[in-house]
Amino acid sequence: MGIDVGTLDTFPKLLMHHARLRGGKPAIREKDLGIWQTWTWSRFADEVRALACGLAEQGVHRGDHVALVGDNRPRIYAAMCAAQCLGAIPVPLYQDAVAEEMAFPIQNAQITHALAEDQEQVDKLLEILPRCPTLKHIYYDDPRGLRNYTQAEVASYEELIQTKVDSAFIDAEIARGRGSDSAAMLFTSGTTAAAKGVVLTHHALIDRARVAAEMEHLDDDDVVLAYLPPAWIGQYIFSYAQPFVTGYCICCPESAETVMTDMREVGPTYYFAPPRVLEALLTQVSIRMEDAAALKRWLYRRFMAIAGRVGGALLDGKPVSMVDRFLYFLGNVFVYGPLRNVLGMSRVRVAYTAGEAIGPDLFKFYRSLGINLKQLYGSTETSVFVCIQPDGAVKPDTVGPAVPGVELKFTPERELLIRSPGLFKEYYKNPQATAEAKDAEGWFHTGDAGYFDQDGHLKIIDRVKDVGKLADGTLFAPKYLENKLKFFPYIREAVCFGHGRDRVCAFINFDIDAVANWAEKRNMPYAGYTDLASRDEVYDLVRGCIERVNADLAADPELAHSQITRFLILHKELDADDGELTRTRKVRRRHIAERYEPLVRALYDGSRTVHVEAQVKYEDGRSGTFSAELKIGDAKTFAPAAAQRAA
Amino acid sequence: MNGTRTGEVVLSVQDVSLSFGGVRALQGVSFDVRSHEVRAIIGPNGAGKSSLLNVLNGVYHPQEGKIRFRDKEFADMDPHVAASMGIARTFQNIALFKGMTVLDNIMTGRNLKMGCNFLQQALWLGPARREELAHRRAVEEIIDFLEIQHIRRTPVGRLPYGLQKRVELGRALAAEPQLLLLDEPMAGMNLEEKQDMCRFVLDVNDHYGTTLVLIEHDMGVVMDISDRVLVLDYGRKIADGIPDEIKNDKSVIDAYLGVAH
Repeated sequence: MGIDVGTLDTFPKLLMHHARLRGGKPAIREKDLGIWQTWTWSRFADEVRALACGLAEQGVHRGDHVALVGDNRPRIYAAMCAAQCLGAIPVPLYQDAVAEEMAFPIQNAQITHALAEDQEQVDKLLEILPRCPTLKHIYYDDPRGLRNYTQAEVASYEELIQTKVDSAFIDAEIARGRGSDSAAMLFTSGTTAAAKGVVLTHHALIDRARVAAEMEHLDDDDVVLAYLPPAWIGQYIFSYAQPFVTGYCICCPESAETVMTDMREVGPTYYFAPPRVLEALLTQVSIRMEDAAALKRWLYRRFMAIAGRVGGALLDGKPVSMVDRFLYFLGNVFVYGPLRNVLGMSRVRVAYTAGEAIGPDLFKFYRSLGINLKQLYGSTETSVFVCIQPDGAVKPDTVGPAVPGVELKFTPERELLIRSPGLFKEYYKNPQATAEAKDAEGWFHTGDAGYFDQDGHLKIIDRVKDVGKLADGTLFAPKYLENKLKFFPYIREAVCFGHGRDRVCAFINFDIDAVANWAEKRNMPYAGYTDLASRDEVYDLVRGCIERVNADLAADPELAHSQITRFLILHKELDADDGELTRTRKVRRRHIAERYEPLVRALYDGSRTVHVEAQVKYEDGRSGTFSAELKIGDAKTFAPAAAQRAA
Repeated sequence: MNGTRTGEVVLSVQDVSLSFGGVRALQGVSFDVRSHEVRAIIGPNGAGKSSLLNVLNGVYHPQEGKIRFRDKEFADMDPHVAASMGIARTFQNIALFKGMTVLDNIMTGRNLKMGCNFLQQALWLGPARREELAHRRAVEEIIDFLEIQHIRRTPVGRLPYGLQKRVELGRALAAEPQLLLLDEPMAGMNLEEKQDMCRFVLDVNDHYGTTLVLIEHDMGVVMDISDRVLVLDYGRKIADGIPDEIKNDKSVIDAYLGVAH
């Protein structure tokens, strides 16, 4: 790409570089009043310079923090860069956060200036204003509904860019920036503890963005749809850091509801989606296929079977027979091509998914269509890119090998440690948390447990605090097993036991919608969840799922001992109201083990059935007792792969 | 809510009476509407609210009385005259073109503003094209204003009720009215849809400066968003004033709750 890394060490310098080199090429597109409007790189640079002058006049100084609250809009990104021009640090906040959640970041970073997208965001900031005495200026982009606001703090973005541009001043300010300066502060969502502000330097972000861009051969012809929240590190990387490194164009959708349409119009070449988005898309496709005519359904079924068999291999460049190649070609004409088009993925060269475990069937679905979907591993603290699956070596259950520049190692407890040029500088004003996360030698403690597979690909299995050991000392990763079970549409929740025991057993909650549908197709009458839970047919269905998981586990030498030997289907669905799940639907394993202690005992003492009597809380607040005889099922286990090979 | 915002009287109705054969729908009703005002008309079923609205935009012709709109006096209105003078309305039972898209439906609201003749439009000549672009922009601004970008190309018949109501409001707005008549804009909506609609009604009033006359049954909505309320019962005006007065007016309470005889 011919960028001199030495001198272009900050984002503002990169922007000016692109304005000179490719001033006429699109930098940002935004759909406004139904038409895609383009900001070229030179327009982008002009806007940033004007805005930076305005901000400087309003008293933004080097080292100040500027909050940005809004959806993906060109002006949010302009403000990000304008703040950086002045040596200030942009702090993007989640636009869908309630006012309450915005107070902490603003107090913590002593934010003085904030840019808000519209009335909604301005109202939130005004609401917390009394508790945030440092906040003196709020600028809004969209004036709608704000005409009658008389608060002294509120002013429009338009006024801000009316300031006369002092080029010499801006150029000098940009030149003063160093790669080691802080470039952004992103707040972690803080599900477990209070939010922490992760400070990242220009150097860290630019380095990681560049390494990944080179690996995937991204250039200034690539196009990205900017549809995830700007306060999230992934969005920061894909819609700000990487375009600044490579000069590609980002497109801002019209609204959250139009993303699908906009994606089809834009045709991104580089795409990121968390598993839940991919799953929602697949569900939409499935539902529409069920409503399609018989011939179309037949075509879809036949060709998807072929794609499932050879699509992934073709994408990986592995040998495939001529007949299969021809069938896949036909499928591409009739099904895969049109489907990619509907999904807006016709032009996607590289697609990533990350954030949580992705089901192998879901993952393979996209790959079999010829979409180069890959997994990556990273976090806010690492400027995202730690591991990426390289083309041709994509597996559904690993996240690939380390990208260049990253060192990985494990503690004896299997915690993953990372050393990389992309590591964060610190948690803002939280030296204790910084010291806990980053040790003296510069290793970042991720809290994730995992190991390398035979090919040196990283496999993340669980959070370290949840990983245990079986009685024989082998690894026991309950969440990994539970996720594997939950990838089956029939299984809604699973709770695995095995820490300190000789084998693994599980509680299962089936998915009532999926199983009810399954039962109806078999003309099986039933009264409800509890009734289905006692049926032998349902036990067989669940047993089938478990045995498939066991077969999978047997192939992995590290986890072959974690095969599930016995299970029972719980008589009720686990519920947050009973304290069995957290509000974000994570199982509270310890609490469940205590509450259902007799059931766990029965799983291990060889009984065929177990009597259960339970207090249940109804939704209206009353409680009652429930008693039943629960069956316990056995599942077949498989000899570990190594042993098979020896045999 | 704030009396200072509203201006001088733009519409006044004096002693209007309307009957259908022996049914006297309106009997000597007088009231006025000030500019930038949100004026509500309430009353029990059959009180004559919709009839009054229909008189205002010329669908019904009253037998007696006078209507004064923007310094012009009429014995009765004509729908075309009403529309060209800047009166637009929505209907109690949605009257959109079900098979057409949202965009096209709102575009029909621009009809009176189009100057090109049929031939120019059919041949897609320069002036027609330029005109359509300008109108399309105006329509897109309304789409943006009402936050319905995601259904721009969806046929109206496929939309849920609440959204159809919003599209109908959009079509009325497309005529850039000075006076907008809304016939039960929130009927049949759930709470969330009602809140959305209230916000849009207030935004229209604030952003475009449109004067609004609305019929509504939800008292919470009426008391919250209107500046003045007119109450009808059996075709007669029984009260007229700001929401607080109306709430405590004995004749209004009697009309709604009935009186013990």
